[in-house]
Amino acid sequence: MKYTISDSITITKRQLLQLARIPEVLVFSTIQPVMFVLLFRFVFGGSIASGQPGGYVQLLMPGIFVQTVAFTLASTAIGLAEDMKKGLIDRFRSLPISRGAVVIGRTFGDALLNILVLTVMALAGYAVGWRPTSGGLKIFSAFLFLFMFGYALSWIGIFVGLSVKEARTVQSVGFLVTFPLTFLSNAFAPTTGMPRILQYFAEWNPVSTMVAACRQLFGLKNQFGATANSWPSQHPLQTSLMYMLLLMVVFIPLSIRKYKNTSN
Amino acid sequence: MKSINAQHLVKTYRSGQVRALDDLTLDVEEGTVLSVLGPNGAGKTTAVRILATLLKPDSGIATVAGIDVIKHPEKVRELIGLSGQYAAVDETLTGWDNLVMFGRLYHLGKAASIKRAEDLLERFSLTESAKRPIKTYSGGMRRRLDLAASLIVQPKVLFLDEPTTGLDPRGRQEMWEVIQELVKGGVTLLLTTQYLEEADQLADEIAVIDRGKVIARGTSDALKKQVGGERLEITVENSDIPKTQEIIARISGTATHTDVRTISAPVSTGSLALMEALRALDEATIHPLDIALKRPSLDDVFLSLTGHVAEETVEEPAKKKRGGKK
Repeated sequence: MKYTISDSITITKRQLLQLARIPEVLVFSTIQPVMFVLLFRFVFGGSIASGQPGGYVQLLMPGIFVQTVAFTLASTAIGLAEDMKKGLIDRFRSLPISRGAVVIGRTFGDALLNILVLTVMALAGYAVGWRPTSGGLKIFSAFLFLFMFGYALSWIGIFVGLSVKEARTVQSVGFLVTFPLTFLSNAFAPTTGMPRILQYFAEWNPVSTMVAACRQLFGLKNQFGATANSWPSQHPLQTSLMYMLLLMVVFIPLSIRKYKNTSN
Repeated sequence: MKSINAQHLVKTYRSGQVRALDDLTLDVEEGTVLSVLGPNGAGKTTAVRILATLLKPDSGIATVAGIDVIKHPEKVRELIGLSGQYAAVDETLTGWDNLVMFGRLYHLGKAASIKRAEDLLERFSLTESAKRPIKTYSGGMRRRLDLAASLIVQPKVLFLDEPTTGLDPRGRQEMWEVIQELVKGGVTLLLTTQYLEEADQLADEIAVIDRGKVIARGTSDALKKQVGGERLEITVENSDIPKTQEIIARISGTATHTDVRTISAPVSTGSLALMEALRALDEATIHPLDIALKRPSLDDVFLSLTGHVAEETVEEPAKKKRGGKK
């Protein structure tokens, strides 16, 4: 038990070392979100009437931030499934290391990667006119929320990666889950245009509450919010925090247990 | 003292449809080498995975270095080294990176991990490639690095699962030398293989397994005696077949077997039988196209022990994560 932290850090370092050895991975994992920023800003930005001072990009950036960290679920799952397939997890399991370290280490690694990706995106956003108006502490809190959200999803990714085992399946499953979640939300367009039943889903969707929370913390009025007047759309900060805690409380023990019992 | 002791291990997959291990019992005396010999799907990998704490059996008990692998897997892990059929190292990292990482995971300090990594790289002739990613390594280098990773802390018991499968003859020879060197150091070794020759080269004793059971156990010589030893094989022109059959039957003292133009029979006197056959053929002015004294192969062992050839049975479970056996 006393080695849990140091073993986890060793595993995290391995992941960082991988990035250093194949820098392409890092380049592409940052290019994709930057591309999204540019596409949405210039393709839709002109035609979506946001009614927002500063334009659509102010509403867009929180949406893309949340979408990007949501993909942590898939990237954690894929990374783990690949290690399993290559037999590396078996090797780790035959070592006298702390049981949780392998999965904890991976969530740390993916969290660090998220910090980098968020930084690059924020710079890209700034370059195309994104200007949060709320002040340093609130902006910092927004990024902290994003970071935590990604971390919580990483633990679902661990569970998925251990359950599905084939990296390519994981990729498909990951996209099947994250695409509807990110688009059936207030991230890119108001939920008011959706069919009523989807509006309820969209407003309770953790992606929406996260986007709304970030918008609030960046100093916007939540104009992409609710027609249904649902509780989550009224209290995005609280709801998001609850979601994150719930995910971690459920999935951290579940995933660690799954890891211990896996291949038995 | 038994370093490895497995009693009545049973492991089934797909809710009982595949019996990977079917009452497998084996033990290894401390400081000796046991080779588990069998075809693909015989249960070799499953047995190793259970003994190395990666898998729990459905029933049966097993101890490694006197410790129960099911009750105290964490204690067993401190004493064993495992090197799999597929190189279980991080291929994107360099050899040096990998060994230092494993050192850290064995809780050696930073300096000690580096020292150990460098020693092992030196010992396995990998120093020159130390800073290259593993994916640029040859098959043999990869296996050596994998082996090195299982030796970070001197293990009491070492498991090598098909250490030379897929290697070219040179890589195999190098690997054998490395393993022989290792065995001199006194480690208890359980080695699985599909090759009788490999078992012969490396092991004190051989356990032949088929369909999850040990079907024969003994030294290489004892097994070969059981199999029936050597066979005399002579290939001749069609016209010479009857005469040659007569000669071989006389030398062997048993019935001959004819396959197209090759006549064969078991012999017990080795090269003497060969010389006798040559003299007899010469007297009869028969010029053999080919003449050989064949040592028994895994196929012969299987044929003799089980009545069927060493066929590849059903793939071991889909659950197995080593990326299959091909």
